[in-house]
Amino acid sequence: MRTVRLFSQFVRGSIALVVRGNRHYWAWIAFLGVLIVSGAAAYVEQLSGGLIVTAMRDQVSWGFYIGNFTFLVGVAAAAVVLVVPAYIYDWKPIREIVIYGELLAVSAILMCLMFVTVDIGRPDRFWHLVPGVGHLNFPQSLLAWDVLVLNLYFLVNFIVATHILYRAFDGRPYDKRLVVPLVLLSIPMAVGIHTVTAFLYNGLAARPYWNSSILAPQFLASAFCSGPAILLIVLQLLRRFTRFEIQDQAIWKIAELMAYAMFLNLFLHGAEAFKEYYSNTEHLLYTRYWFQGLGEHRTLVPYAWTALTLNVLAFLLFIVPAARRNVFALNVGCLATYAGCYIDKGMGLIIPGLTPDVLGEIYEYTPSMTELRVAAGVFAVGFLVFTLMLKVAVPISLNEFRHDPLAQARKPIH
Amino acid sequence: MDSKPRTPKVNRRQFASCAAAAAAGWLLTGCGPRRLKEVSPARLKELLAGMERQYSAKYGKPVTVAGTQAIPGVEFAYALDLSRCIGCRRCVYACVDENNQSRDPQVHWIKVFSMEKSKGVDFTEADPYYQPSEVPEEGHFYVPTACQQCRNPPCTKVCPTGATWTDPDGIVVIDYDWCIGCRYCMAACPYGARHFNWGEPTIPKDQVNPDTHYLGNRPRPKGVVEKCTFCIQRTRAGRYPACVEVCPVGARKFGNLLDPDSEIRYIIEHKRVLVLKQDLNTMPKFFYFYAT
Repeated sequence: MRTVRLFSQFVRGSIALVVRGNRHYWAWIAFLGVLIVSGAAAYVEQLSGGLIVTAMRDQVSWGFYIGNFTFLVGVAAAAVVLVVPAYIYDWKPIREIVIYGELLAVSAILMCLMFVTVDIGRPDRFWHLVPGVGHLNFPQSLLAWDVLVLNLYFLVNFIVATHILYRAFDGRPYDKRLVVPLVLLSIPMAVGIHTVTAFLYNGLAARPYWNSSILAPQFLASAFCSGPAILLIVLQLLRRFTRFEIQDQAIWKIAELMAYAMFLNLFLHGAEAFKEYYSNTEHLLYTRYWFQGLGEHRTLVPYAWTALTLNVLAFLLFIVPAARRNVFALNVGCLATYAGCYIDKGMGLIIPGLTPDVLGEIYEYTPSMTELRVAAGVFAVGFLVFTLMLKVAVPISLNEFRHDPLAQARKPIH
Repeated sequence: MDSKPRTPKVNRRQFASCAAAAAAGWLLTGCGPRRLKEVSPARLKELLAGMERQYSAKYGKPVTVAGTQAIPGVEFAYALDLSRCIGCRRCVYACVDENNQSRDPQVHWIKVFSMEKSKGVDFTEADPYYQPSEVPEEGHFYVPTACQQCRNPPCTKVCPTGATWTDPDGIVVIDYDWCIGCRYCMAACPYGARHFNWGEPTIPKDQVNPDTHYLGNRPRPKGVVEKCTFCIQRTRAGRYPACVEVCPVGARKFGNLLDPDSEIRYIIEHKRVLVLKQDLNTMPKFFYFYAT
């Protein structure tokens, strides 16, 4: 009985929290709402007309949706950058903020699953993947592996984050017997989800641009810079707009870790570029399409160099201690990392992988308006979920939103 | 015998919910949609009858959907004579007509590449959209492609739902009712053989081929993948594929690899034969050769 009362108080309190906010909050929610409505309308268009409303065709059969999916798996995996120092080394400044990494992972996986759903031709048949009712081609298909690990990783993070928050709401410490094994599991799983996603491309001998064993390590390296980049910006916003205190040390440490990850990322990219250009086989075609263009087909070239420049800039800003301690330089570095990795891992991975196609045809893909609207809608749903979770999580961390044993609800203040 | 009235152990509500659950389970596992690969022969017959009703109503004429299974002792293979092909594309359009490919958006299972004799078989230099007033063009030769019916197919391996597989006679088939349209197989295919129905496929009623097979040329819905099946509806009934029949120069050969007296065996044993992208170890059953 107490559990029911407690839970209903939690739910009612949470609702009361998310419907209260200042002008900035409502403007942000309204902005996301507009994007969601526009995305939903575009998706309805896609459902009725078919994927022909996208710019994808037989030659380039995956595009913007799968690119975003790949990037976001990396963002989700990056929660581990906080989990390791927080739980393994028990480093207090990060321990205080690790929950936000987990919530970011939950939102990112949610977006991943949505991006896959909007990409498939027959979303009405998704249940064909469910073992028992349908048929999951496991362990042969790497996509089957991805379905399993992504859902499991989602569950692990969701359980850990909600358990810790709920217990804090109840004024009790979290249950170590539940949290410790799950957190320990989440570390290899974070590496696992991104490795499996890399293997999904890596295993295709038909696509030389992807069929390189450097792909999985490079995926992880870029994930460990792009995920924390989002997190650093979120943490600074929290510090600005709430009473939540985040130590500079935690932020600087994350920035330092990002510098190492970015170094690895650039190094692995360099190693791949060396192999391609020096050996100069027919497989160089795809790398050339990305960096130089093929004849008059040069759509991606500006993106390639922008991404490289941003990534190098971010590395330089984060590796110099004085620079990463400067708020302005830090934020420029975060935005550069985010944009650089987003271009690199989204369009830069998928499109050159499929262009020219397996029989040498060059179809220049750029996402259609429908794709852009649907994608913006998916991002908006993810950010909305993340915002609402923060709206509840922050007051709990600040001890402002607590279970009131004297039943009659004192209005939670924020 | 016990004469006392027995108290019912199960009340009516429990019985009703158990029955409903059982019915739902039965519907989902036995009677409901399943992969065509694993349905029983009896169930397949029912499903085929349903398909026939649906297509006949849609196209306003009787459409048959055959469930012909692979013939034991048969493994189909194909050979194409590069020295004979003149690039006329009659095979492309015979295939479209035979296999009910969508006219708009246009789907072609066969693609013909024009190549320069000076450059040899090089797809990066090839042109699939050649439009001269007359073929063959001076200094050019032609390489038609379609599904290579690999013995080691990368496409079936990656399918997350097991909607595509190799049937016992070596034909790689797709279950159009089970495919979720993720297009992973298209990324995996080294030959560009798989095609996606990006929009609702359209075939004029008078052009629909009513003799269909459930794993071959029956009409496909929007949002699923399709490909060449060696004209499964014809070849399992002892006929040649449409492209073999239509070829005006006899460049296309087809037969049973397991029959030592077949033409395909003769070609493999006596001609210079090659397969595309041999380094990928896909082991195609589609051979190219030079007869002259």
